[in-house]
Amino acid sequence: MMRRFAGRIWQVLRTIADDDAYDRYREHHAQCHRDAPLLDRRAFYLEQQRRKWSGVQRCC
Amino acid sequence: MKKLFWFGVALLGACALGGIALHRGETINALWIITAAVCVYALGYRFYSAWVAAHVLTFDATRATPAQRLNDGRDFVPTNRWIVFGHHFAAIAGPGPLVGPTLAAQFGYLPGLLWILIGGVLGGCVQDMTILFMSTRRDGRSLGKMARDELGPIGGFAAMIGTLMILVILIAVLALVVVNAMQHSPWATATVFATIPIAVLIGLYLRNIRPGRVIEASVLGVGLLLLAVVGGGWLNDQPTLAKVFDLDALQLAWFVMGYGFVAAIVPVWLLLAPRDYLSTFLKIGTVILLAITVVWMHPQIKMPALTQFIDGTGPVFGGKLFPFVFITIACGAISGFHALVASGTTPKLIGNEMDIRPIGYGSMLLESFVAVIALIAATLLDPGVYFAINSPGGIVGTTAEAAVQTISSWGFPVTADQMHALAAAMGETTLFARTGGAPSLAVGMATIFSSAFGQHMLALWYHFAIMFEAVFILTTLDAGTRVGRFMVQDLLGHAWRPMGRTSWYPSVWIASAVVVAGWGYFLYIGVIDPNGGVNILWPMFGIANQMLAAIALSVATGILVKQGKLRYAWVTGIPLAWLAVVTSTAAWQKIFAVEPRIGFLAGANDLATKLASGVLPAKQAAVAPQLIFNLKLDAVLTVFFAAILWIIIIDMLRICRRVVSGRRVTPSSEAVYVAIGADGSGMVR
Repeated sequence: MMRRFAGRIWQVLRTIADDDAYDRYREHHAQCHRDAPLLDRRAFYLEQQRRKWSGVQRCC
Repeated sequence: MKKLFWFGVALLGACALGGIALHRGETINALWIITAAVCVYALGYRFYSAWVAAHVLTFDATRATPAQRLNDGRDFVPTNRWIVFGHHFAAIAGPGPLVGPTLAAQFGYLPGLLWILIGGVLGGCVQDMTILFMSTRRDGRSLGKMARDELGPIGGFAAMIGTLMILVILIAVLALVVVNAMQHSPWATATVFATIPIAVLIGLYLRNIRPGRVIEASVLGVGLLLLAVVGGGWLNDQPTLAKVFDLDALQLAWFVMGYGFVAAIVPVWLLLAPRDYLSTFLKIGTVILLAITVVWMHPQIKMPALTQFIDGTGPVFGGKLFPFVFITIACGAISGFHALVASGTTPKLIGNEMDIRPIGYGSMLLESFVAVIALIAATLLDPGVYFAINSPGGIVGTTAEAAVQTISSWGFPVTADQMHALAAAMGETTLFARTGGAPSLAVGMATIFSSAFGQHMLALWYHFAIMFEAVFILTTLDAGTRVGRFMVQDLLGHAWRPMGRTSWYPSVWIASAVVVAGWGYFLYIGVIDPNGGVNILWPMFGIANQMLAAIALSVATGILVKQGKLRYAWVTGIPLAWLAVVTSTAAWQKIFAVEPRIGFLAGANDLATKLASGVLPAKQAAVAPQLIFNLKLDAVLTVFFAAILWIIIIDMLRICRRVVSGRRVTPSSEAVYVAIGADGSGMVR
């Protein structure tokens, strides 16, 4: 019970922090774009950051 | 039973607010303020936001959101509401709610508190939720695009220019806050400098060693940042090393400009992205720690409810309570900048329209609460100490003796010995005239943290607080310069195609240089201004930010009227009207007031007269022509802001009149209704 709760908190923390972004991308890729090439971890990370920082992301 | 609970919350809130309002003693406990705030927020969320969501905006749980319809696994991704809440809150909560309330504390704690609570619940939260909702209904379009679609090209253009101007002013004033916190403080300077290689190191780690492992990299980075705080203290004790980092404001200003330029042109993974991960971790951690400590220690508020400075003679910034408290506290009550975030990434992540209430309204409530905590941290200081830190030398006198005499004569006793002892305890040589809000907030935070965790660590806590503020101010500076760069490239691209290519190096360099020169200019003037610069720049920032909020609320009101919801238009119309009155009054006074500390033109005349009659000391006379030019430029800019504000309001009213009189208007740009699941997309929970 406690361990399941802690595991869930950890999962939320990972998602909020973008820590599991690559895992989610891979899952989505397997579901929807199986014919397109899969980016590796580094390429995905760089692409993700480039997109994230091309708009207003931080405020006053 | 539920009714009874909410009745209890209302009663408790009323008692706390009544207690605060009627309190006439020496000090008041911070717990009253926190209780009042929490009750007001709970009632606002439970009743007002629910009513607006259900009856005014009419959220529809069966309607597919853009994240579901356009799910591409990249931009559009239906995401759990609490995850989106976290992202959205991290995006909107910057240094603004920490600085504004600290500066506004010169009026006493009551005006700032009431404006944060009322402005937040009825204004800022409604704006954030409404714009988030409207953008979600329009495939996540930006505020500028919505303004163009719904009001017309004038509205769109005003939103774009307004955004660019506000970025420039915002970055300048935030950079000035950091510079003022670092000047002649080797400890603070060394610590803040150390954050740059630490960020680069984490950037390399995240790209090359363990790509994308954000949590472990952030834990490592935060550890290094804490080490940097301790290391700064060690360095401060080494006379030769300390000398290297003992820089004056102008040197630091040039450094920050160079840093801003480099940060805008290097790849994001190297500096901006890792710095942002660190600052977000630090920000959320520190805010939670501060909130818990304030509740736990519940300190006494020593600032009076109202000070004599409501008459406009305050030393921190000039101007009467009305309209300047509403300009000074923007973030925390209502901030137009949020409309950009609420129409940026967030709407593309919304998994169901019902999530918009906790995300839009809820995260703004939390930001408002951060502002309340900052207000408490500023007002728990002895008022004399608060004014000694926040008053520029040009007003209270440049020597310690002169400053304490002036401040004590206002009825806020403080002695040079007391300030000296405080500075020594904080590991600084002096705390006089540390304008900008960051140092006094750091003293407040250090005071409360050390009261909870042991007195001997005051200096460490102080520099931790300075580092914490500097880290995310520099993140805003990096991110803002980059966004400004893209906007300038977009504008220049209309004139000459190649300039619009975001990855063409000459274009990148020119556009970045233009943006850095823009804010660098105001930073430079702020640094050479003997009155501290913050007292000019912060009101300009407030006016610009409220102008952007007015643009957002105009778009929202226009859309409501176009949808035939005229009788509900007051929901966004009243905050809009209030902002229009406040911003216009403030702009009018900043331009035309005869008091040189308030009116830009009067200030320019006053300085010109003094320069001509030769009463200025040589050092001030040398910079006077630049200051005179800048005051005139500020007046022109303020006219420009006010003009944009009224153009867009009149444009919106024109549209509303056409609707009411049954004439044709541009059709609604709302996406057509698609039921959840109709296109095969499922709910993500």
